[in-house]
Amino acid sequence: MAATRPRVDWLVPTLKPVLFAACLLPLLLLVWRLVDGTIGPNPVEVITHDTGDWALRLLLATLAVTPLRRLTGWRWLVRLRRMLGLFAFCYAMLHFTTYLWLDQFFDWQAILADIAKRPYITVGFAALLLMLPLAVTSTKGWQRRLGARWKQLHRLVYAIGVLAVLHYLWLVKADLLEPAIYAGVLAALLAARMPCGDWWRRCCRRRLVGAGRQDVSAVR
Amino acid sequence: MLIKRPNDIPASEITPQSVYLRRRELLRAAMAGVGAAVGGAALLSAPAARAGAPIADVRPSRFSTDETPTERELITSYNNFYELGTDKGDPKRNAAQLQTRPWQVVVEGACEAPGVIGIEDILRDFPQEERIYRLRCVEAWAMVVPWVGFPLAALLKRFKPTSQAKYVAFETLYDPKMLPGQRRRVLDWPYREGLRMDEAMHPLTMLATGLYGELLPSQNGAPLRLVVPWKYGFKSIKSIVRITFTEDEPPATWNRMQPNEYGFYANVNPDVDHPRWSQKSHRMIGEGLFARKRPTLKFNGYGEQVAALYAGMDLAKFY
Repeated sequence: MAATRPRVDWLVPTLKPVLFAACLLPLLLLVWRLVDGTIGPNPVEVITHDTGDWALRLLLATLAVTPLRRLTGWRWLVRLRRMLGLFAFCYAMLHFTTYLWLDQFFDWQAILADIAKRPYITVGFAALLLMLPLAVTSTKGWQRRLGARWKQLHRLVYAIGVLAVLHYLWLVKADLLEPAIYAGVLAALLAARMPCGDWWRRCCRRRLVGAGRQDVSAVR
Repeated sequence: MLIKRPNDIPASEITPQSVYLRRRELLRAAMAGVGAAVGGAALLSAPAARAGAPIADVRPSRFSTDETPTERELITSYNNFYELGTDKGDPKRNAAQLQTRPWQVVVEGACEAPGVIGIEDILRDFPQEERIYRLRCVEAWAMVVPWVGFPLAALLKRFKPTSQAKYVAFETLYDPKMLPGQRRRVLDWPYREGLRMDEAMHPLTMLATGLYGELLPSQNGAPLRLVVPWKYGFKSIKSIVRITFTEDEPPATWNRMQPNEYGFYANVNPDVDHPRWSQKSHRMIGEGLFARKRPTLKFNGYGEQVAALYAGMDLAKFY
């Protein structure tokens, strides 16, 4: 474990600003399209869909960190996870704000009726609510304060993933292809965490051992 | 509270109506000149089949709303026409793949004179009118479209429906080569729609051949589409190749796929929500980011003309 540390010390500090910029790019692009008028006939729809898409993509990226780390042995990946999760939350908030403001114009009666009556909005709203405590407790301080319970709490992300995919699946009119792709990716990422997902972990450990790596324990 | 609408569409992009009307006159005059030289028959077949070619002798209609039409650019780039792709921008992107000449419409079923009619004959035989109608999509957005076309009743009468004709069924072209969206089974192709006979014969119901004075672009359902302004947009079937008089209620694509979400009647009705969203209000396309939605009117504001068709019917049940 100690042996791998110096090797990647420069990596995460370098990658963090790059990842930050990359996560911000979809938002900047959206603002640009809005400013230069190429956003199309229904800007509110584009903003709603785009922010929702990126919230979901970044959520799945967050969920991909652990399987990817196990697969590759790159332990430093975990140190990028918080940023991915917080950006997923940011896009989800933008998505929700667009709905509250540009779609409903803060008509609270209509909004509450929507949340209660429309299953896809109910699950979407639930996903957002569940993200809230995770975003708040994402800091080092909270991690320390909560100790073992932090990990338990942050397992909520699995439920959030399921709710977010349901939110998309249930709002589509006919063409289920895109939400089905997201559902498939989510299913794969969750399956990789199941005990039965161990086979490929063992498989890749064997590969690493075969390659002469001694720090196999780090792969766990 | 005063909400200022941002001017997100530069005034320079909007073609003043006077200019576009004048251009049409110029073209018409030019064509008349050609016609005089070449002869009447040549004139009649002269208009290019190309989308955007001007339609001659379009008369105004008393059924037009005085609301400002949505910009042409918006009407032709924001389309639900799954045959050309499920994204709103797909139909325009794929429009060139749909060839609309030659084009024939088969009319059959419970009628005395079944037959086939070509699009050029349709354009020649039925006086074309401009009708500016509100269009309300089931997805809670709306436009105002200056259609060109003629009453559906005029065409139907020519084929002499019998007393058995209680409904009229419509069918869109099925041709995955020209309609790339049909290569995947997103909907149960070909798209089908239907009207009750009295709805079909209603003077507001029209077959559209154009918009903004010009032949329909493919993405708007060229070369011939239905327009029923008091019903949700999906009833107004595009690129029609078959019209059938039937005794029983014909199948309608969305209705068959999701009967709890899309009724056979599909009359615009703010009191009957789509199960997944409210139908109480809608967004006007082209009004910009901060424009508020507008309240949706029953029968899309055409109640005075059409409410009688549904007298005694429970519209919450027959939605």
